[in-house]
Amino acid sequence: MNRDIIRSERAAKARSTVRSTVTYIILTVWAIIVLFPFYWMILTSVKEYASYNSEYIPKFFTLSPTLENYSSAFTAVPLAKYFLNTVIFTVATTALMLIVIIPAAFAFSRLNFRGRDAVFTLFLSLMMIPYELVVITNYTTITNLDLRNTFTGLILPSVTSVFYIYLLKENFAQIPDELYYAAKVDGTKDLKYLFKVMLPICRPTVITITVLKVIECWNSYVWPRLVTDDPNYYLVSNGIQEIRENGFGRENIPAMMAAVVVISAPLIILFLIFRKKIMEGVARGGTKG
Amino acid sequence: MENRNLKGWLYLLPAILFLGVFMVYPLIDVFVYSFEEGYNSASQTFFGTGLYNYSYILHDPYFLQALKNTFILVIVTVPLSTLIALGISYGLSSIKALRELYQTIFFLPYVTNTLAVGLVFMILFQKNAYTDGLVNLILGLFGMSPIDFIDGPYWAKMFVLCFYTVWVVLPFKILILTSALASVSEEYYNAAKIDGTRPFRIFRKITLPMISPMLFYLIITGFIGAFKAYSDAVALFGTNLNAAEMNTIVGYVYDMLYGNSGGYPSYASAAAIVLFAIVLTITCINLLVSKKYVHY
Amino acid sequence: MKVVLQHITKIFPAKGRNAKDTVAANDLDFEIPDGELIALLGPSGCGKSTALNLISGLLKPTEGRIFFGDDDVTDLPPENRGVGLVFQNYALYPHLSVMDNIIFPLGNLRGKEKMSKPEMRAKAHEIAKLVQIDELMERKPAELSGGQQQRVAIARALVKMPRVLLLDEPLSNLDARLRLQTREEIKRIQRETGITTVFVTHDQDEAMSISDRIIVMKTGIVQQIGKPQEVYDSPANLFVANFLGTPPINVFSARVAGEKLYIGSDAVLNVKGAADQEVTATVRPEGFILDENGPFVCKLGGVEVMGRDISVVSTNENSVNPTIRSIISAESRVDTSSPTVRFSLKPNKVFLFSKQTEERINFGTV
Repeated sequence: MNRDIIRSERAAKARSTVRSTVTYIILTVWAIIVLFPFYWMILTSVKEYASYNSEYIPKFFTLSPTLENYSSAFTAVPLAKYFLNTVIFTVATTALMLIVIIPAAFAFSRLNFRGRDAVFTLFLSLMMIPYELVVITNYTTITNLDLRNTFTGLILPSVTSVFYIYLLKENFAQIPDELYYAAKVDGTKDLKYLFKVMLPICRPTVITITVLKVIECWNSYVWPRLVTDDPNYYLVSNGIQEIRENGFGRENIPAMMAAVVVISAPLIILFLIFRKKIMEGVARGGTKG
Repeated sequence: MENRNLKGWLYLLPAILFLGVFMVYPLIDVFVYSFEEGYNSASQTFFGTGLYNYSYILHDPYFLQALKNTFILVIVTVPLSTLIALGISYGLSSIKALRELYQTIFFLPYVTNTLAVGLVFMILFQKNAYTDGLVNLILGLFGMSPIDFIDGPYWAKMFVLCFYTVWVVLPFKILILTSALASVSEEYYNAAKIDGTRPFRIFRKITLPMISPMLFYLIITGFIGAFKAYSDAVALFGTNLNAAEMNTIVGYVYDMLYGNSGGYPSYASAAAIVLFAIVLTITCINLLVSKKYVHY
Repeated sequence: MKVVLQHITKIFPAKGRNAKDTVAANDLDFEIPDGELIALLGPSGCGKSTALNLISGLLKPTEGRIFFGDDDVTDLPPENRGVGLVFQNYALYPHLSVMDNIIFPLGNLRGKEKMSKPEMRAKAHEIAKLVQIDELMERKPAELSGGQQQRVAIARALVKMPRVLLLDEPLSNLDARLRLQTREEIKRIQRETGITTVFVTHDQDEAMSISDRIIVMKTGIVQQIGKPQEVYDSPANLFVANFLGTPPINVFSARVAGEKLYIGSDAVLNVKGAADQEVTATVRPEGFILDENGPFVCKLGGVEVMGRDISVVSTNENSVNPTIRSIISAESRVDTSSPTVRFSLKPNKVFLFSKQTEERINFGTV
């Protein structure tokens, strides 16, 4: 009987080796599927235009990498302009958002005033409203205000997020009341308390919100497409779409890929630097966009 | 006391202002639009109220095409991406070596620009005069004749769209499920091991129920997200989605609003409200089902 | 089922570059007789949980063999050893009812042992009766009190009729009152089933009160094994003497000269056969006798009346602890106006330990 058990033991050990091998194979296959487009994009971006077009069967490597495509990406189309626009848009939107949501979260979590809970409930119910429902009127509003093709028009509709107010308010509420009363006894003003005590304590959440918003801004496509038709105000997403449809001509794929690399690089670099923080933040924030 | 009230509202003022102008007012307005017949955005006039806008879009072949595309996309990608994410996260949680590396790689698509990487997918799947494209090269190894996935038959385009959508949504799902799996206490597994529970039974009877809240959360948000698909399709097939037969409901809304066929906010509003009604219904069904199956 | 550990060593390899390997179990070598209730006792980090997990099979020893009866189980995985394990936090599956928790292990049986649903339920009811939770079968763990959860965990561990039952700190999550009740309960269940049971605890009261035998451990090494009273009455070394007993034992720097034990200049006890040397002397609180002519003079600190007994708090410059606690019968009278108090000592409550090795030094009392 004991021998049987030992034999089954051996079989189990073999099974577990097989299992972990299969696991690694599956994970590696998916990793390749994830990484391959990135590889292909970089590879294509350094292939010469002529040699790319002569490859009926695409090659998996190139022996004569060139940066020429990058220079044409910046010269043939206003890529630098798109890039700069996106930076301005991202920084301004994120900064304005923080200015709007931090006092709101502070009021909800720390100040007592009539109607607070009613307003908070109203805010929460707004979280369920899909963006697609309100974008139509916003488009009309911005058009009527003559704000098309301006940064103001691009930025204004996306400076508030009920979800982030909620996230921050929950975090603020975890700070013990005693701290606030202690500060009050010492004669600390509310604003000073907010900036010197609450924000430092809640720094991880603020960073999370900032990073999520930056990602969202950098990749935003729909709203910019609606309110801009002047390439001077295109963001990178619209820019790449413009490049694809009217840019280098459909055939200059290497130059297009160079533009794609340039557009994708900032967030990927940001991600590789703040990998842990971003992944924690997304897991905690729990939504995309 | 007065002073205190005032201060509270003062702190809230910016948020209320922005939400009022860009959320609450548009929300009311969109319903108004959707019932106003023949609204003209230039003159801001209309000539009647009623259900005409709804009737129009429901008879518009482009809308029906978009509806069909969206439903196929939802039905294919939500279960598929959830299952793949579950498998990959389970695999991730069962290994030790290289785990962080894999996690980092798998998360990468989350931080990429959908439009930009969509172009890479386009050239990978594309078949044109100069090249059959890489995917066709691989298919050729299996003896299949080349297909143009970007400009070819409907099913091929749908396949690429679904594939790209899964590629885009997986990082988030993998991340959430991996952290859900990690939060299941080791003690439960030890307890099950002592009792000689086989891996599959552990997975079905312990792991799955324990992560079921997160799983259902992902399914619900997955449905909502998939119904709103749009930019993935633009990335692959360009902005003229109607011509490519690859439009989605959200795409239809935007096309009605803007661009070559645009200038009809009433139709756009009606379509957006139909979408909202669908999403709301599906979410309610999801919640009812999850009440039944989610433990805790 | 007798459990035998032969020269068991468990080394956890170092994680960091400069970290050292951890020897969590160092040459454990003992036998647990069939049908006994054994306590593995020691402070946290002493390796007692490691020892338990080695027996359960969740850990594999680095060296040595483990036997259940005559079967060598060293290389068997937990499920083939026939052990039941009750976890410190119970590890009840939160999504399953009490009934489903208890029958969960039965669902793993295959082949000849496979049971039908009604058989499982009958079996679960039988066990639930034994641990007195048969009223709660349809509840979820979250709806149970700590004590009830504990019983469910025990029932789940017992339902497969394990050869050995293992409990990891079974009482640590219960409040004081429940703890007393539950330890009696564990004793009763163990008696009724006759299953060899090993439990881990850091609470010497718990170990002393219910176990047939205790194994005292420190830094992965077994210090002493014996019946609770034996270990209490005859600690093998200073650590064991210190660890067992409430209030704790009193420790003094002392010296043996001419077969007499000196604490300071007081010759407090005759110690026949002990060689002249510096020693550590320990005296149980109940080892003091109030005696006007007693040889041991201490400064009187105070007197606490605790009903049946009186606790005399005093000080002595040779005491290792700041105060000396002695417990004497309430019928004795303590002259609280006197600055000093004099004791004579009960020889069987005094233990001497070598200053170097901390091992016990034996002496005759006559």
